[in-house]
Formats: sequence, structure tokens, C-alpha cells
Amino acid sequence: MKRGLLNSIMATKQVIVGMTIMLLMLTGCSSGSQSDSTGGEANRAIQNKGSDTIVNIALAWAEEYRNVDPSVSIAVTGGGSGTGIASLINGTVDIANASRPMKDEEIADARSNDIEPVEHVVAIDALAVIVNLDNPVSKLSIDELSDIFTARITNWKDVGGNDAEIILVSRETNSGTHVYFLEEVVRRGEKDNSDIFAPQTLLMPSSVGITSEVQRNPNAIGYDGLGYVDQAHEKVLAIAKDNESPYIAPTIETAKEGTYPLSRDLYMYTAGEPQDVIAQYLDWIFSSEGQAIVQRLGFVPLETEE
Amino acid sequence: MSREMRLERQGEQLDPQGHQEGDPVGDPVGDSAGGQIRLELLVEGLIRLAGISVIVIIALIFFFLLKEGLPAFRQVSLAQFLGTRWYPIEDQYGILSLLVGSLMVTVGAIIIAVPLGLVTAVYLGEIAPNWQREILKPFIEVLAGIPSIVLGFFGWIVLAPAITRLGAPTGLTAFTGSLILAYMSLPTIISVTEDALYAVPREYRDGSLAIGATRWQTIWRVTVPAARSGIVIAVMLGIGRAIGETMAVMLVTGNAANIPELGPAAFFEPVRTMTATIAAEMGEVASGSLHYSVLFAIGIILFIITFLINTIASRLVGGNGTRRRGGQL
Repeated sequence: MKRGLLNSIMATKQVIVGMTIMLLMLTGCSSGSQSDSTGGEANRAIQNKGSDTIVNIALAWAEEYRNVDPSVSIAVTGGGSGTGIASLINGTVDIANASRPMKDEEIADARSNDIEPVEHVVAIDALAVIVNLDNPVSKLSIDELSDIFTARITNWKDVGGNDAEIILVSRETNSGTHVYFLEEVVRRGEKDNSDIFAPQTLLMPSSVGITSEVQRNPNAIGYDGLGYVDQAHEKVLAIAKDNESPYIAPTIETAKEGTYPLSRDLYMYTAGEPQDVIAQYLDWIFSSEGQAIVQRLGFVPLETEE
Repeated sequence: MSREMRLERQGEQLDPQGHQEGDPVGDPVGDSAGGQIRLELLVEGLIRLAGISVIVIIALIFFFLLKEGLPAFRQVSLAQFLGTRWYPIEDQYGILSLLVGSLMVTVGAIIIAVPLGLVTAVYLGEIAPNWQREILKPFIEVLAGIPSIVLGFFGWIVLAPAITRLGAPTGLTAFTGSLILAYMSLPTIISVTEDALYAVPREYRDGSLAIGATRWQTIWRVTVPAARSGIVIAVMLGIGRAIGETMAVMLVTGNAANIPELGPAAFFEPVRTMTATIAAEMGEVASGSLHYSVLFAIGIILFIITFLINTIASRLVGGNGTRRRGGQL
């Protein structure tokens, strides 16, 4: 009997301990613990963090690179482009992965921390718009998508589907994919457009969150990098740039040609021009060997010179 | 509370006893008695230090929150901060939708968990035969040990599709979050309530039964009211558990910064809680940026809410409860 009360006291204590640890970690972050401070020859470990779109490619690269140069160890984590860029600004990673270019204010933040971010395009991704397999809609224009994601259109019957409410599914705002979709689809690429996602949009913490909600909800619509889409479980829509353009389905070929309207560059950012180990690693990524891995994972490789 | 008082009293009694045993024997043991006193002083000091450190740590946490969170109000006016639209990448920092989300999920959880927990505790404490209690108690304790993320995963895989089948447009709703949180706060509510019922003196029940009240009347008119203060603590601890929970809620509420329209369907719409917002966005912010400060400002709001809940709880329990407990000693 007494153990009951004891347990509950322990539980509140755990919460307090947890909060303290969390706050300590936060202060640790804010004081900018530098992992790359060792520098030079001694630094054989590369910290690589950021975009969840790139994380699978980055992991495959890191694994494969062990065979190329076993003395270098590469730690890869996801978390979103914003997370990776924030870590680069705070000086806690060597390479930040991003599925969107850095914003001007982020570059300014980095410079105020004495970090000069350098951009490297490492692969190309086509962004697929996905719906449930039971959804009769198979193609949409960018204008229609913009209307759907800002809730100007809320029923599938307005775009040729069933009479059912549209459920919007998106990544969290720390995702580069979210920002890309906001700029290129919701705002149709117009600079002065200030439309944003409708407030009822479900924000998923991961790419898999989006695919699994789309797979089980017949009225959901979402988007994901082409490498994450499995056509056996969700339907990929053909997209038209405007009302005159043809509807194009995303494939490696259409993304490479640039005919698919939602293809974009994927980036790695380094703090300053890459030096020794990091430079070698990036050179290898740009080689035909590195780019073969991009193709294998369903993304679009860069043109290699060899 | 009464336990602490009892401990103190025991401590006081121990001290004079030590002297009484030491003194009559005389000098040879005098040294060791002095040593004992010194040891006691040391232990007393350590205990005091432990007590004070708790206060210091909480004060430090609060100052840290204020230091990091208050700068937000230099750039975001209070009216903006209490606005409805939360979209940080466009500098829209209205936390009203997050506040509503947290409150809906918590209130829903309490509406589900309190009656269920109370009835379970009454059954366990007052009605169930011993052998049933022996079986049920360990299960309830195991329930408390399930990591919240596992419950969240369960909600995502099992509950969400089930709720879609009930006719909701999506299974990721405030109600799904409430169900998970209710399940999580049940063990706390049950154990603490049962404790409170156990502390009600046997004489109360005997007296009630003796004047001809039925068992039902005894439970609801005598035992439960007598344990009122403990039950309030149970409910407050349950609320505390629910409002602070993050990961499970993040998985099942859909995280849409959306204020549901008033009506019976409101609980079947997605919401975004304050805790999930901090967890989801903490990683993306550059330290010192406006977004960073606003997340800490949300932390301040959460801190104030839990502080208020605790204050209300101790007020409700206050004098009345301790006097009753004092009588029982």
C-alpha cells in the first residue's frame, strides 16, 4: 500500500530529474560545444547531420566510405534540414545536410559565429505528391495543389475525386522539404506570395509519418522525397506546372531532364572550404562511385565527369 | 505530509534517548556520545543541504527559463503571442492554438481517467477480496512502468486507425491523445487514491456500518469524502503527468496548430500541444534567435500552469486535510 505513494513520488522526482537534464543539455547547446575543435590531421571523425530526405543517402555514403578510407569514421544523424543547419551555425557538426538552400538570416547567424558556410550540391531529388491507392485522382496542377494545401479547396470532388474532406499531411517546419513545398507549391514559386499551409495541416515528425498516414487514410494527401515513396503502397500523382503544361509523373529521367516541375537540389554545407578529410570525402561523393549510391536509393544522381 | 511529521517526531525522540543511554554509564562512553552527536549534526546538515538544493535547483531552472524566454517579448508583442496562428518559419508566434491543444488533450484525459481511476481504486481498496488485489496491484504498477513512447507508438498503430473507423476524418486527433494520456495517468491516480482510502481509519467505516448504513453508503458518503484530500492530490498528480507528456502526444495528435470549432466533434480534430511544439522545433532553432526565445517562453507558460495546479492542490488539501489526518494519529 505504501509503495503506491512512494511510486508516485518517485515518478514526480523522475520528471524533475528529466527536466534538469534537459535544461543542462540545452545550456550545453547554447554555449556551443565544439566537436570540430580538434581540427587538422587529428580529426578523423566527421559529424554529419540534417535533412531526413538525405539521411539515407548520407548513411549509405558513410558506410561505403569505410571501405574507401577505414581510418575515417562518419557519424550521420537526421532531424531535418533546419536542425542540421542550426547545428552548423552552433559549430557542433562538420557537414550539415539540407534539402533547401540556407536562408540569408541563417548565413548571417553563421557568420556572426565566425563560421562561413560553403554550399555543395550533392544529389537531385524529385518531390512526389502522394495519395491513398484508393483515391481516384491521379493528376493535379500546381495551382490545384496550392489551393488544396491552403484549404481554398477542401473537398476531393472539386478536383475530380470522391465527395470527401481532404486531409492535408506535411512535414514539420524544421524540414527542408516543408520549406521547398511551401515556396514552390503553396506559393507557386512567386516571391511576393505569402500564402501558408492551412492550420489544419497535420505536421508529421518524419517522412515515414507521412507515408503511413497516406497509406491508411483514403482522403489524405502528402508529399515525400521520391526515394521514400513505394508505389506499391501509395499512389504518386502526375503534376503539371500550369494549366497549359502536360502532367508529368516523377521518375529519375523526368527529374534529370527537368521536365518534372518539383525537382530540387540536395545540399551539403561545410564550415569554410572543406579541408583534408572532409574534402576527400566530398570528392568521393562527387565521383561516379558516390553518385551510383544516389541512383541505387531512388534519388537522381549528378552528372559525373568520368 | 503526515509521514514527514511522523518522521520528524521519531527523530526528536531518538535524540534524547541517545543521551539517556550514554550519560548514566559515565565517562568512557562520553567520547562516543560526543561522536554520535557530531555524526547526527553532520547527517542533519546533509539532509538540510539536500532539502535546500531542491529549492535552489528549481529557482535556477526558473531563472534560466526567464533569461532565455523573456527576450522574446522584446520582438513579439503580447497580443501577437496570444494570437491564433503558429507558423514560426514566417515569424508567426501565436500560441493560443497550442494552449487550446494542450488544454483539450489534458481535460479530455482527466475526464476519462479520473472516474475510471477513482472507481478502480475504490474497488481495489474497499471491495476486492485480498487474492484479487494481489493480482491486480502488480499489473497497475507495471502499467506505470510502460515507457510513454511505447504507448504513443501503440496509439499511432492501433488507436488512430480505430478512431478513423469510428468516422473521424483522421485518426490523429485530440481524443486519441486524451486516451493515451488517460491510460498513462491512471496508475498514478489509482495508487495515490488507494493510499488515501487506506489511510481512512477503520473506525469510520465501522461506525458508519454500525448506525445502519449500507456498504455502498459507507463507501460514497464516509470513506471517499474522508479521503478527499488524498484524492485531490491523486487527480493533480494525474493532471501534472498529462500536461507535461510530450512524445506520445506528438505521435498521435497530428500536430496541426489548429483551433477546433466548438461542438461535439471538436475532440475529433487534430491539435498541437505546447510540449510537442517545443520538442519538434527545439532542434531546428539557432540558440539566441527569436524562435528559440519563443520556445522558452512557451516553457515559462507550461511552468506557470504546473505551478498553479500544484498551488491549487495544496490549497485544496490545506488545513482541513491535515487536521483530519492529525486526528487519526
